[in-house]
Amino acid sequence: MPGITREEVAHLARLARLELKDEELDHFAGQLDDIIGAVARVSDVADEDVPPTSHPLPLTNVMRPDEVHPSLTPEQALSGAPAQEQQRFKVPQILGEE
Amino acid sequence: MTVTELVSYEDALASYDPVMGLEVHVELGTRTKMFCGCSTALGAEPNTQTCPVCLGLPGSLPVVNATAVESAVRIGLALNCEIAQWCRFARKNYFYPDMPKNFQISQYDEPIAFDGYLDVQLEDGEVFRVGIERAHMEEDTGKSTHIGGATGRIHGAVHSLLDYNRAGIPLIEIVTKPITGAGERAPEVAKAYVAELRELIRALGVSEARMEMGQMRCDVNLSLRPHGTETFGTRSETKNVNSLRSVERATRFEIQRHAAVLGSGGTIVQETRHFHEDDGSTTSGRVKEEAEDYRYFPEPDLVPVAPAREWVEELRAGLPELPRLRRNRLREEWGISEHEMQSVLNAGAIDLITATIDAGAPADQARKWWMGELARRANEQGTELSALPITPAQVARVCELVADGSLNDKLARQVIEGVLAGEGEPDEVVEKRGLKVVSDTGALSAAVDEAIAANESIAEKIRGGKVAAAGALVGAVMKATRGQADAARVRELILEKLGVQG
Repeated sequence: MPGITREEVAHLARLARLELKDEELDHFAGQLDDIIGAVARVSDVADEDVPPTSHPLPLTNVMRPDEVHPSLTPEQALSGAPAQEQQRFKVPQILGEE
Repeated sequence: MTVTELVSYEDALASYDPVMGLEVHVELGTRTKMFCGCSTALGAEPNTQTCPVCLGLPGSLPVVNATAVESAVRIGLALNCEIAQWCRFARKNYFYPDMPKNFQISQYDEPIAFDGYLDVQLEDGEVFRVGIERAHMEEDTGKSTHIGGATGRIHGAVHSLLDYNRAGIPLIEIVTKPITGAGERAPEVAKAYVAELRELIRALGVSEARMEMGQMRCDVNLSLRPHGTETFGTRSETKNVNSLRSVERATRFEIQRHAAVLGSGGTIVQETRHFHEDDGSTTSGRVKEEAEDYRYFPEPDLVPVAPAREWVEELRAGLPELPRLRRNRLREEWGISEHEMQSVLNAGAIDLITATIDAGAPADQARKWWMGELARRANEQGTELSALPITPAQVARVCELVADGSLNDKLARQVIEGVLAGEGEPDEVVEKRGLKVVSDTGALSAAVDEAIAANESIAEKIRGGKVAAAGALVGAVMKATRGQADAARVRELILEKLGVQG
């Protein structure tokens, strides 16, 4: 029986750092359950001789030679950063005091 | 922070059997990153080696580095692994600013290499087989600098700064099977495994594997089970143990700590632990619960890697001689003991001695200079032997000059000193410093006469047949000639002048 529970949605929201209110959890749990149920119908028609597909193209071994290409300048790299310091990306406190 | 009570190592081993699992990350020495063409050169200014791919910008697409895949396959083959016919990359999702994408591209249940082993040799020559679970490809993370807080550590930091030059550098993670049966030698086995793996990686030429540079990093998993039981105990995972000595110490510490906890009726918490170089202890890191939920799924932006069997066999045929077998071969050729070979290995002198022999020096002489005078100087300067400004060819030339009698050991040391000081090739140093052994009878005769005159009582003993006393006079002549006299020729002259037979 495919589907997703409200607890699982709450867990995923926590992992994704999304703060969901109770009514939002109810709402999304219902919607996600519908979506998963719909997608799961694929398994009903796919027989055992059809393996799960992760890539639509029948390609393997797409590689590039180990040759250096020009990088961005640090100014370009940092241009989208909300904050920077010492030519580095500045991020908020990672762990609180323990 | 509570002080951890330990039981003695002997008591721990009397009650429990240690089980280890070692995870080693190796940064490959490719010119470019795993999935983009940014340079991997060390020491660059922050954020000068990034691009839309390794910064995780929208619309960018990763492309696999062919050399990194080749290196991964060669490492797998050298570890006696199966090479996957077909395998995929996977996304490991987590929120942490060391990866700007919010996921790391890794491999999950389809590693490129799996089910192998590495034979490691302990100091007394015993060979221990360590099973290899898998070796997989992934990418390194960026480097964080924590600002504020008393210790510069992440705890208490006000904010952090990120340099993404390292983000995306190819990593190979090599994971052992549970290592059982090592008993009291577990810490030694752990160290020997990491040391052998490092030699192997270097022999393959896929990385310099310098642990002090973070090019090779080790996590030590350890659990204990009571003797006679089969089920593994709960393990702890000590992260980033970054020297061979630390691998041994961390393993030993965790054995003692686990035994103390279990012995007092407690239970081991499954957690990561931090190793402290200063006192060899570990302290609690994060407890593993939700943090482990990485929601791996096949990486949609990369197609599978399917190494062709002919190519794999080609790579297998091109593998170098395995370091352990090479060491044993060289040990026999050089006629030295296991223990002496271990010293040569620890000094990082194997390749230097081999190259010196290849340049024409006898094995014992080559080893003598590298392990003696040169090792002493490297030690004094706190540098690696290979970093000394002298080449194996130059050392071989010094050996040649000693062998043909042009130099004695004392003069040879001065020649080496000159070469290290940048005075040129050995022959130039000999020339400039005037370091030739004097064996010419005319030049030595006067010095011998003086030595005899100044030491009449010793000379009398020699005349009376006490030939061994000649050593004192030889010493006097050597001193007078500042070490440049041919000692054997001096001895002959002394005996000749005093009318006795050598």
